[in-house]
Amino acid sequence: MRVPVQWLHEYCAPDLDAHALAQRLAMTGTEVERVEHHGVGTPELFVVGHVLERERHPGADRLSVCVVDVGADEPAQIVCGAPNVAAGQTVAVARPGAVMPDGTTLRTAKLRGLESHGMILSERELQLGEDHDGIMVIDAGPAAGTALAEVVSIATDVLVLEVTPNRPDCLGIYGVAREVAAATGAPLAPPPWLEDRGSLGALSGLEVVNAAGEELCPRFTVRILDGVRVGPSPLWLKARLMACGQRPISNVVDITNYVMLLTGQPMHAFDGGRVAGGQLIVRRARDREQVQTLDGQTRALDSDVVVIDDAQGPTSIAGVMGGARSEVSAATTTVISEAATWNGPNIHATALRLGLRSEASSRFEKGLAPEQTLWGQAVATGLFIELCGATVRPGTIDVGGVGPAPVTLHLRDARITGLLGMAIERERCRELLETIGFSATEAGDGLDVTVPDFRRADITREVDLIEEVARLAGLEGLPATLPARHAAFGRLTPAQRLRRRAEDVLAGQGLREVVGWSFAAPELSEKLLFPGPDGALALANPMSAEQSRLRTTLLGSLLDVAALNRARGAGALGLFESGAVYQPRQDGDPGPAHEPHHLGVLLAGPVRAATWREQHPRQHDFFAAKGVLSGLFDSLGIDWSLAPADGAPFLHPGRAATVLAGGMVAGWLGELHPQVAGSWGFEETLAAFELELSSLEPPPTRIFSDLVSFPEVREDVAIVVAERVSAGELLQTIRRAAGPLLRSAEVFDVYRDEQRLGPGRKSVAVRLGYQAPDRTLTDAEVAQRREAIIEAVDRELGGRIRAA
Amino acid sequence: MSAETRITELRTEGEAAVAAAQNTAALEEVRVQFLGRRAELPNLLRGVAELPPERRGAVGKAANEARRALEALIEARAGQLAISERNARLEQDRVDITLPADPLPAAGRLHLITQTRREIEDVFIGLGFNVAEGPEVETVHYNFDALNHDPLHPARAWTDTFYLTPDVLLRTHTSPMQIRAMERQPPPLYIIVPGRVYRRDSDVTHTPQFHQIEGLAVDEGITLADLKGTLLAFARAIFGSEREVRLRPHFFPFTEPSVEVDVSCFNCSGGLTASAERCGICKGTGWLEILGSGMVDPNVLLQVAGGGYDPEVVQGFAFGMGIERIAMLKHGVSDLRLFYDNDLRFLEQFP
Ligand SMILES: [Zn+2]
Repeated sequence: MRVPVQWLHEYCAPDLDAHALAQRLAMTGTEVERVEHHGVGTPELFVVGHVLERERHPGADRLSVCVVDVGADEPAQIVCGAPNVAAGQTVAVARPGAVMPDGTTLRTAKLRGLESHGMILSERELQLGEDHDGIMVIDAGPAAGTALAEVVSIATDVLVLEVTPNRPDCLGIYGVAREVAAATGAPLAPPPWLEDRGSLGALSGLEVVNAAGEELCPRFTVRILDGVRVGPSPLWLKARLMACGQRPISNVVDITNYVMLLTGQPMHAFDGGRVAGGQLIVRRARDREQVQTLDGQTRALDSDVVVIDDAQGPTSIAGVMGGARSEVSAATTTVISEAATWNGPNIHATALRLGLRSEASSRFEKGLAPEQTLWGQAVATGLFIELCGATVRPGTIDVGGVGPAPVTLHLRDARITGLLGMAIERERCRELLETIGFSATEAGDGLDVTVPDFRRADITREVDLIEEVARLAGLEGLPATLPARHAAFGRLTPAQRLRRRAEDVLAGQGLREVVGWSFAAPELSEKLLFPGPDGALALANPMSAEQSRLRTTLLGSLLDVAALNRARGAGALGLFESGAVYQPRQDGDPGPAHEPHHLGVLLAGPVRAATWREQHPRQHDFFAAKGVLSGLFDSLGIDWSLAPADGAPFLHPGRAATVLAGGMVAGWLGELHPQVAGSWGFEETLAAFELELSSLEPPPTRIFSDLVSFPEVREDVAIVVAERVSAGELLQTIRRAAGPLLRSAEVFDVYRDEQRLGPGRKSVAVRLGYQAPDRTLTDAEVAQRREAIIEAVDRELGGRIRAA
Repeated sequence: MSAETRITELRTEGEAAVAAAQNTAALEEVRVQFLGRRAELPNLLRGVAELPPERRGAVGKAANEARRALEALIEARAGQLAISERNARLEQDRVDITLPADPLPAAGRLHLITQTRREIEDVFIGLGFNVAEGPEVETVHYNFDALNHDPLHPARAWTDTFYLTPDVLLRTHTSPMQIRAMERQPPPLYIIVPGRVYRRDSDVTHTPQFHQIEGLAVDEGITLADLKGTLLAFARAIFGSEREVRLRPHFFPFTEPSVEVDVSCFNCSGGLTASAERCGICKGTGWLEILGSGMVDPNVLLQVAGGGYDPEVVQGFAFGMGIERIAMLKHGVSDLRLFYDNDLRFLEQFP
């Protein structure tokens, strides 16, 4: 909403410059997007001139040399290119040094050898209109040298407001003036519709039928103006429209726009002579019905669109745009002035569907008060009479009438204080509310406040009134207190602490956290070698195909980030992401989808940077990833193990594992399948793992065990087993056989030698640590455990101890 | 030649040999030659018992003296040689100290969004709030209807919001968790809700996914002044202890009154920097808009009235801020899309 400050001042003129006013409005709930300057930069250098003489320029046929009285001691010689300039005219002159609306500065110039001391101006040069056919000729009267600004508005600041959807009353200059008055305390002039030169009651010559119903068209009013002379609007009106960003067209059309800008009520003018059959019918359009709108386009409609018909069919699309057939033209002499109220959501939908958002529709869609229609009619009637020489036919067609009766709300002093934490005096509340059109009377512990029709939709409760008084009184004086808490303390949940810990551990291991898109491409599943659909949730209205699904794994975004950084020159990559993935809803999910929180790690390139001392560090591989996983679980204090992989087609089949935590499947770990790595442009080994972090049980509080008082007994054993026996199985057998006194068992060497060990066999060296919490272990006790281990390894795995 | 004379000779020879030994190995040879098992001097000592008794004392004494003297001399010489040999070795170990160091394991990083989220979380935990998280795939009911959004509210449009079905969407804000949290637990309720949110928008200042932190306090006697105090504490914790906040009236469907909150610019004083230039961070206004907030609308409390949220008994405040916006302000990041590019050269800048 553009508000020219000069126009605003007609109704409320606080003693503040535009920027200070914008500031004040911002602090009382009216957002000012920016303050613009419209018009000339130096009004003092624009004056009224009288053309004394006009000669043809000796050196150029199309130029005139004029002698112009500009109120100075000497007349000025001005070279002018306009064809219509003539001696005796009163004109607008820019003096040398003048700053034009487009910001350029006018200088004394030589045109074809003759000096020009200034410029005779057209409407367009002054941003008063579009007319550029010739110079602007002013009605005789003002003396030469009179400031041009006294004749017509040539400069004003414009407040560009961002009106919130609950305040359609601020979509008109007068509505803004009300806010300005309340925000600044400056007096408010009475509304411009108080004086109505038309009348209510029956109107002859036209019939209106609302076949669409009150829901879609709550009110439809019509007045008829006869003897209309269509022509250009006066300068002051053009100036105001231009400052509001509206192009002047003709006096009749300009009046409808002007009234809308002033009152917030959109108006429509039909050519009375071109409305067929003396009847207007408001109805739903038929499917695929067509109408040609004012912009010359033919639009196909459907039954959700409301149209206004005459005897020959639709003449306009209600609330959105008029029709071409009944458009006002130079030949128009009778104007049907329409002001109606339409259903906001319906207009919104229609404007969206037709791609036709107009100044009118953007007002209607916010839901205007039916009472505003007569504001519009009153102001328009006066202007049609004054500017078009019209006479108004007695009466007004009024289908629908006024809206619901005003509501009176009780506003308690104590409630204001209770909600704000600050008191506002009752008298002050009343003053503020009355300024913005409410009426208030004392009643017991507060005020009884009656809501004006134009705020009916927004103010329905006591709390809404509290907001009004709070914002207008200003929140600058609000104290800053903290809640007087009754019972509450803040801390992270165990699961949240676990997540933070996990992220910190990975960062501590040198990994960089990334934040990927929740979106995924449909091809991701195929790129990860899944044989069938992955069940990813799909968006109905994605912004692009690549972002049309919701991710089911973090691997895709990790690979995307890895590929991007590799392309930008990064060598070693250690990345992790901590975030949700999305799956179809399961029982117990709070929302419509299953959203486990995952932790994903991707490793590529060397484990360390190459240096002059170590030119070829090891590359990240399965065991590098396992090391990261191990560090993670050990830090979290969660028991874990790996099992053969299951259902991870994106992994190297020989280097893939399922991660178990507390015995439950918690994720996967492995080297990526070369084909997957290749899809992202990697020829090297990529290692990764992904855990369902939210499924991990935070470990319980640990109970102390004495590892200090009695020494640990260490012993190394080498056990020869078949290749197929995994180190994990071996350790499991050892642990089971040795019982609780075995505190630790770690593989420290794997050795193969066909001649000494036999084919298909390997020697696994294990370091064992025995310890009891309550005594020093004897050699006999340890020997007994060793025997048990040897026996179990032989029986369960066919292994034997190798002599050291 | 008497034994004493021979002893003196041996001692003299030994002393010369020790002095001549140029390294530990040569010295060891000298030791073996003069003091070893088959050397002459020890043999003389061993032979003392076979001498006539009157000779034993003098010879034994002389031989012992000579042996001890040689031993002491060798030990001293060994010490000297060890030092000089070590010095020589150390000299050989000299390195080019200007060569690069061994790299430590690369320094890891939390993403700036995570860092900022945690920083904000910690402030509110200190103020007595708990951290609650809710679904990102949401229903229209929780995202709009229950939050008092007009059926016509533009945010509902398919041009603005991602939908999965007509009733299911990607949440456009963290506010739906207000309702879920109140359904889950009676007052008093003090929570913040960090999380991902989604809007169909993409340019320098918009990405289709971003992060918010919602705040909600519902209790008896909560006031707008409490909101101001809470956010003042937050602003000072995040942007510095000199900060002030101001509340500007605004409109949000689910709060009444609604306010936007500005924090005084940390980069300038009233819009002018120390060098008297117009501040680029606050665009010369002296204030930075950081969040939207207000008192919970009674209509929202009525959604969960059965759970102890009678608007005549309890009231509350709510606020919502963008994590990326806070991070951008605090760290001077100019393009929101950098957060989702995940270029390591960007991420590494924030330790
Ligand atoms: Zn600043």
